[in-house]
Order: sequence, then C-alpha cells, then structure tokens
Amino acid sequence: MNLESLYREEWRRVLATTVRLTGDFDLSEEAAQDAFVAALEQWPRIGTPANPYAWLVSTARNRVVDQLRRRARFEDSEAEIAHLASLNESEFDLSEVAMVDDQLRLIFTCCHPALALDAQVALTLRTVCGLTTEEIARGFLIPVATMAQRLVRVKRKIRDARLPFAVPPKDRLAERLDGVMLVVYLVFTEGYAATSGKVWIRRQLCEEAIRLGRLLSELMPRNPELRALLALMLLHDSRRMARAGPDDEIITLEEQNRELWDRREIAEGVPLLESALREGATGQYALQAAIAALHARAQRAEDTDWPQIARLYGALLQEQPSPVVELNRAVAIAMAEGPSRGLALIDQLEAKGELAGYHLLPAARADLLRRDGRLREAVEAYRRALAFVSNDPERRYLNRRLAEVEGLQ
Amino acid sequence: MEYLLLIYGNEADVNNLSEAELGAIYQEFGGFTQSIVESKNFVAGQRLEDVATATTVRVRNGKRLVTDGPFAETREQLGGFYIIHAKDLDEALAIAERIPSARWGSIEVRPIAPPPPR
Repeated sequence: MNLESLYREEWRRVLATTVRLTGDFDLSEEAAQDAFVAALEQWPRIGTPANPYAWLVSTARNRVVDQLRRRARFEDSEAEIAHLASLNESEFDLSEVAMVDDQLRLIFTCCHPALALDAQVALTLRTVCGLTTEEIARGFLIPVATMAQRLVRVKRKIRDARLPFAVPPKDRLAERLDGVMLVVYLVFTEGYAATSGKVWIRRQLCEEAIRLGRLLSELMPRNPELRALLALMLLHDSRRMARAGPDDEIITLEEQNRELWDRREIAEGVPLLESALREGATGQYALQAAIAALHARAQRAEDTDWPQIARLYGALLQEQPSPVVELNRAVAIAMAEGPSRGLALIDQLEAKGELAGYHLLPAARADLLRRDGRLREAVEAYRRALAFVSNDPERRYLNRRLAEVEGLQ
Repeated sequence: MEYLLLIYGNEADVNNLSEAELGAIYQEFGGFTQSIVESKNFVAGQRLEDVATATTVRVRNGKRLVTDGPFAETREQLGGFYIIHAKDLDEALAIAERIPSARWGSIEVRPIAPPPPR
C-alpha cells in the first residue's frame, strides 16, 4: 500500500465530501489526514476496501463527529449538540455526481473573493491539491511559520464569517469562476517565473496548476475559457526545458532549441485551444494561449507569424489594458513591420511614464535598437536596463547582450 | 447567523447634495429597509449623525479622558448600520450590495460573534 499515491488520488475528493457531510472545514482537514493514517495502518491487515473513497470518507466523518461530541461535552454548547444531531441524520450521498459537486464546492470556497488573494492561493494548494504547508512555503519562498499563520487565519475566517460551502448561483458563476482561474494561473506563473536553483520545488507549482486546470475542465466540461486556461499553461510549460541554460541563464524564445519543446504538451494544448476558440472563448487566457500556440507552431524563430501575434496582443490590450501588454504588442509590431515602428510605440509608452523604473522597457528598446543596427544607442539602453534590473538571471542576460553589442561597435 | 453591515461614505459629498437629491436617497434607503424587513433579514438599522458630533471616551489608570471626534480620522466615515440575519456570508454580501450607498461609499460586513460558552 502506497500512502503517497493513495493520497494523491483521493485526498481532494475525501476532504471535499467530508466538508460537505460535516460542514466544518477545519476539523474535516484534520480528520481526513487521520483517515489516511488509519488506512495505512489498517488496510494491510483488513485488506484494501472495495471502495477506498467511501472508507476514507466515513472514517474521516466519524472522526469529526467524535471531535464535535468531545467539544460539545466540554463546552456544553447547545449549538454544537444540535449540529451533531443534524449530522447523524444527514444523508450519506457518495455518488459520482455528488463527488463532482463536492470538489467544485471546495474549489469555490477556497477561491472566495472575501478571502485575500494570497490566502486563496495558499488554501487552494493546501486543501484542493493536498500540498503540505512546508511545500507551499518553499514554493512561494516564504517562511513556513508565515504560511502556517496565513492558513490558520483564512480557515478562521471561513468558519467565523460563515463562508458557504457552495457552488455559486448561475448569475454569479462567471464572476466567481474568473477568481478561480486567476488563482490557478497565479499558481502556474509563480512556478513558471522561477529559473533559479530551486527549480524542482517550483516545478511542482506548475504541475499542480496544470492538474487543477485539468480537474476544472473535467468538472465543468462546457466552459471554453477553462479549457483555454489549461491550453495556455500546457503551451507555456512545453518550453520549460528550453528556456534556461545549465547555469539558469535566460534563453529567449528566439534562441531556444525548439527540439527541447515538449511535443506532448503542445499536442495536447493546441487542440484544447482550438476547441475552446470554436466554442467562443475570447478571454485573456484564450488570447494568450493563441499567442503561445503561434510560437509553438513555428518550426524556426523566423517562421513566427508576428503580424498575427501583434493583432492578438491588440485584442488582449482591449480585454485587459496594461502597459506590459502594450510593451509586448510594440515588440510584436517591431518584429512584424520592422524595429522603427516598434521603437516609436515604445517611446510613446515611455512618455506615459507608467513603466518608469521597469527594466523590461529599456531592455526591449535596447533589443530593437540592436536589431536596427543602432549600436551606440543600444549600448546606452542596455546600460539603463541594467540600472533597473533586480534579478540575477536577467542581469546576466543583459550583460551578455551589452558585451555583444559593444564588441560589434 | 447575524451580520453587522457598517455603512461608510464620504460625509462631505453627501452634505453637498441638494434637498431633492438627498430626499431621493432617503427614499431609496426606506425602500431597501422595507424590503429586508419583508424578507425577514432585518434585525436593526439606524442612520448616525455626522462624525463632527462624535465624542471618544477612554479610561486610563482610573481616569476618564474625553476627546472630541472619532477614534480615527478616515477618508470615509461611518454613517449608519444594519444588523441582519443571513444564512451565510454570500447572503449577507448579496444584501449589502443592495444598500443604496454601496454605489458610492462602502459597506463593511462583519459577522456578529456568538455568545461565549457558558
């Protein structure tokens, strides 16, 4: 009996159903954990039950009832006693349909907008993905004690403010689903942004995000935006082996060895995106995924369909106005129509001042100047970018470029 | 479960409104209150006088200290409250968003703590 694989498969479903049956988030988590330990002890003797999920749920539920009984006796609380009585009468629906609903309820509760965003992310990883507090803390590079506190506080709010354990009603579903998708996407980008030595830890975040994306699109198969989000993550993830060198140095899309791209993820992501677009996905994830798909399709960097990418960035800008998207669009236009058009757009963007102090603006400028053969100006722009850059791999990348351009002068 | 809905808004903005505008707002509040009385969510609710009428009291070392004004100056001031029954936070939020001044001020939703165990 392998506890880890059992845990992987059953944790979320067992916890989700136990919360539904008992209405107590905090106690259910502890009880579900105890149930897995009990399984590890007892199954080798009594044999693996025919329905492990049902065994784990009823064990966890009984633990919660024990806990509540103890608490009710100790506190002599009428409310607890009434709650217990209702628990004993509650129906015990362990059907497939109920299980799907339970998991959705769990996800929507973890991603409730009444909770702080960082707390939503932490809670989702803890309860939906079953990551330990230590793993989450390492993933986000914060002390374990801080993460533990964050989790305690958020669970307290769920209990004391009485957040419902429910799938939102139809008229709120789209808005609430946006929140869920943001959490999944944040988990992914947190893992993906890292090129540092702790890659293997943060890699787990990408895997969990993709797993969550898969789960959500299985639970809500008719939602094309969810499928687009999954496609986006797969398509970005497909470049993971190519995007950093052995010393964590940044390898740009243009310079990546495309043989290293994960063809399996691309082969899964592209059709997912196509079906999402066919069914009307138009949101930010769909647009970003469409951009990623165009890169994935290009055999060589020079085959990239930059005019189409520039149009997609234009659409993304409509959907989600942001100076960073504007910068990306400027670069795409430069690649499609020549550096001078892009440089003019970057100058306009710089004049607006929204990206002041952000190294990527002078870095993009430097890159286009270099392509345009305006080497002296490029040197200057690389130096400005270096003055603002704060992370080491990016600094090394800019230094390398600076040296190249200085060598050409 | 009971929740306290704290109604915050910028007093200066409200004081700059015309009689007619103010009248319309009072009427809208009246309609809202009536609707949550009918839906049995209403427990209590009152409008407060301006924060300029606030007085703060503290007792330190057995000595009473009385000062003019609220405990803390804020951009938006507490202007009133409701206490409501709701089955969970989602129902409380759905009621809070219907308070007319939610459109220009803000509503803080706080669960009322259960009595301490005997």
